[in-house]
Amino acid sequence: MQVTMSVNGAEVSREIEARLLLVHFLRDHLGLTGTHWGCDTSNCGTCVVLVDDEPVKSCTMLAAMAGGHDVRTVEGLEQDGVLDPLQRGFMECHGLQCGFCTPGMLMTTRALLDRNPDPTDHEIREAISGQICRCTGYATIVRSVQWAAAEQAGIRTSLPEQDDSRASSAVGGAS
Amino acid sequence: MTAVEDRKVTGFEDNDRKPVGHGRMLRKEDPRLIRGKGRFVDDLQLNGMLHLAILRSPMAHGRVVNVDISAAQAHPKVKLVVTGAMLAEKGLAWMPTLSNDVQAVLATDKVRFQGQEVAFVVAEDRYSARDALELIDVEYEQLEPVVDVRRALDPSSPVIRTDLDGKTDNHCFDWQTGDEAATDAVFAAADVIVTEDIVYPRVHPAPMETCGAVADYDAVEGRLTLWSTTQAPHAHRTLYAIVAGLPEHKIRVISPDIGGGFGNKVPIYPGYVCAIVGSLLTGRPVKWVEDRSENLTSTGFARDYIMRGEIAATKDGKILAIRTNVLADHGAFNGTAAPVKYPAGFFGVFTGSYDIEAAYCSMTAVYTNKAPGGVAYACSFRITEAVYLIERLVDCLAYDLKMDSAELRLKNLLRPEQFPYTSKTGWIYDSGNYEPTMREAMRIAGYDELRREQAEKRQRGELMGIGVAFFTEAVGAGPRKDMDILGLGMADGCELRIHPTGKAVVRLSVQSQGQGHETTFAQIVAEEIGIPPADIDVVHGDTDNTPFGLGTYGSRSTPVSGAAAALVARKVREKARIIASGMLEVSVADLDWDKGSFHVKGDLTKSVTIQDIAMKAHGAGDLPDGVEGGLEAQICYNPENLTYPHGAYICVVDVDPGTAQVSVRRFIAVDDCGTRINPMIIEGQIHGGLTDGVGMALMEIIAFDEDGNCLGGSLMDYLIPTALEVPDWETGFTVTPSPHHPIGAKGVGESATVGSPPAVVNAIVDALKPFGVRHADMPLTPSRVWDAMQGNARPPV
Repeated sequence: MQVTMSVNGAEVSREIEARLLLVHFLRDHLGLTGTHWGCDTSNCGTCVVLVDDEPVKSCTMLAAMAGGHDVRTVEGLEQDGVLDPLQRGFMECHGLQCGFCTPGMLMTTRALLDRNPDPTDHEIREAISGQICRCTGYATIVRSVQWAAAEQAGIRTSLPEQDDSRASSAVGGAS
Repeated sequence: MTAVEDRKVTGFEDNDRKPVGHGRMLRKEDPRLIRGKGRFVDDLQLNGMLHLAILRSPMAHGRVVNVDISAAQAHPKVKLVVTGAMLAEKGLAWMPTLSNDVQAVLATDKVRFQGQEVAFVVAEDRYSARDALELIDVEYEQLEPVVDVRRALDPSSPVIRTDLDGKTDNHCFDWQTGDEAATDAVFAAADVIVTEDIVYPRVHPAPMETCGAVADYDAVEGRLTLWSTTQAPHAHRTLYAIVAGLPEHKIRVISPDIGGGFGNKVPIYPGYVCAIVGSLLTGRPVKWVEDRSENLTSTGFARDYIMRGEIAATKDGKILAIRTNVLADHGAFNGTAAPVKYPAGFFGVFTGSYDIEAAYCSMTAVYTNKAPGGVAYACSFRITEAVYLIERLVDCLAYDLKMDSAELRLKNLLRPEQFPYTSKTGWIYDSGNYEPTMREAMRIAGYDELRREQAEKRQRGELMGIGVAFFTEAVGAGPRKDMDILGLGMADGCELRIHPTGKAVVRLSVQSQGQGHETTFAQIVAEEIGIPPADIDVVHGDTDNTPFGLGTYGSRSTPVSGAAAALVARKVREKARIIASGMLEVSVADLDWDKGSFHVKGDLTKSVTIQDIAMKAHGAGDLPDGVEGGLEAQICYNPENLTYPHGAYICVVDVDPGTAQVSVRRFIAVDDCGTRINPMIIEGQIHGGLTDGVGMALMEIIAFDEDGNCLGGSLMDYLIPTALEVPDWETGFTVTPSPHHPIGAKGVGESATVGSPPAVVNAIVDALKPFGVRHADMPLTPSRVWDAMQGNARPPV
């Protein structure tokens, strides 16, 4: 079947099998390998993309269902060489390690900040609670999103409050 | 934006602890990863690439009677179908495991666990390959499975490993450590003995990226290139050479960006070998990427130790001795990755952080009809189990003696003057200063105030728990005289080249799965050679372009390869010193090094930078006598000892008395990993491990039903913490450098995974004290906590 959709602002049209999942359409047919696949059960969220600005798990949506809609992937976050504040926040606050869950986290939190530009930590945690990160323990992701929220609002004056290690002393005898 | 490598986060200067500078530098890996431009195995697209899918056993134990592949072969998009019998004809049906056992690539005689590989299909696309699996007709004769590990050695149990000559039972190995007679004597005379049965259930690393490979065999050149999700590309290459009979110099293993490892990507899996066979037989590149269920049901699990622990003490709380008996479930094949002389990994450190008189452990490992593996999930070679055992036992002792668990630990911790300390099981702890670490955790937690709050809440019937754990790890395997994997010594190479313009490339034998090696290793070299980290490229994960070494696991990268990086830079610096002496026309003894330049002693105006020296080394004109051109060096580092990081963790939980739901309110982690290189990366490693620990303590388990069906085969069944189940971590640190590591660093990648499970469980058990609970096994799901509250705490398996 023929499917036509907008992906990161450009119209694409392909002949596909009706059963093709959106995640495989993006990765294998369009070469947009930033969107990852991590489970088959909508639990891990590494495949999240935005469809009409709403986060969608692309492993659970047929490519055909996205026909006629606007799809946005991690590759679409950077605009004219300018990184999304979230992309910068994740780098500044160590919101990623292996980077596999990161595209999904970025897309979900992009949708969050679009509807709620000043989220609480708990609202950020709720927003990403359908996704799994095995590396970071989430706290730095929360900080990254707060960094981006402040950046967007133009109110960045200092870094978000971080770990307690600043308060600790090297009592063990650092050389 | 400006190049990220040049920038440091401000506000953390006091975290930039010497001697390794550059401190909290942003990661060099991030710019590609936040753009979706990472290069993961499944991202690879090669011309003519085919897709491989594996048919797996639906049952835990059965005889393979017949495999009919004719319908699958007739599928129009299928290029190849291969069975175990076909592999056997080529001598490829079995492969060695990292523990010198053998494992079936594809089943020939029997299937031995649910999910075992039976046949594979190579087709034009991934969907067609999956379709064709359904066209393969396998006839099995179902056999009784061995599921209950406690009954594996019963004479009536069916023998799983009938492939091994003369095998008449399910015994895998026995292992002992310590002094049994001395330990028994201390126990016989002790005031107090506490005994507890403690189960560390089977769990799974479940990295977000599953395992996979792309094999590309070039028949003309006789060259195999394998992109694979491996934590040990060099060791894997050697094993492929042995298994497949291909010459080692014709094999290139590339480990590109890896989406998390946690030990899961240390072993060689049948899927990798199938991909190689698929490419050999089709002459085209073949991609295999397992799905999540395949990952959870067939690849390296972790733990699965059933432990009886005993602790002997005086009645005022001086710990005297530890004794333990362990039954280890190794699944159908012993796929454990551990140094050859250490079949139980480094479980021997079960004496923990305490000054005791005697210790003894005896262990029996058995085969069962479950997935193979046995060491994975950030465990530092079984130290996770060892620390959990001792830290639970200490809390059981505190319970019986009615002592505060922090005070009991403080009373027994090793003292600084005892280091280097030789434990009662023969481990030489390199350095440690434990009490300040413990006090720091108590300070951050506000320990006394928490105890007061708990007392008040107990009055009101609220269930609040405070859990304390203290751990010592032994990481950085290892000295090659003692440690090898299948005969390969656990050393690591490193090569450093300074280009004429003073930029550098450092090539590592270890590989990153998210740890940030491209950043950390550039920082180590920068500190030693004075070239900015931004000017140092780190190459890793490619056997054609890096020196040999054993790879990344067991927190060994910084202790072993990090030492190699520092030493290779010093070697280059010494050559630079000779060249500088020629340039400045003084003797080498008259030169001082000032991080990036040599100057004449007492005259700072006469100096040359490392960049000047690099150009001179490659340029025209004479060099000092005996000095070759170029500025580069390579070394192989054989560590003198392991490094012994330690830490003190405190967890605060609230348990809902009505639903038994556990909420982790706070978690304080104070770690000492010696010299700190990049505090941001260290903190990240700790955070991730703490989340693992909360997961294992509260929800993660790979369980089996009585027929051997895996009950944790998807992420709907195998629960992993989300952002809502974990608190905002509170971290602190102390610094006790390793005396034998060139920069004093110790490993840290697994510290939190090791230390956090006992802290969480101790907290929950502490919350349940009003119910008379002294121990409850993980995972402490609401139903299991509820059972414990009713006096029905039961082992999970």
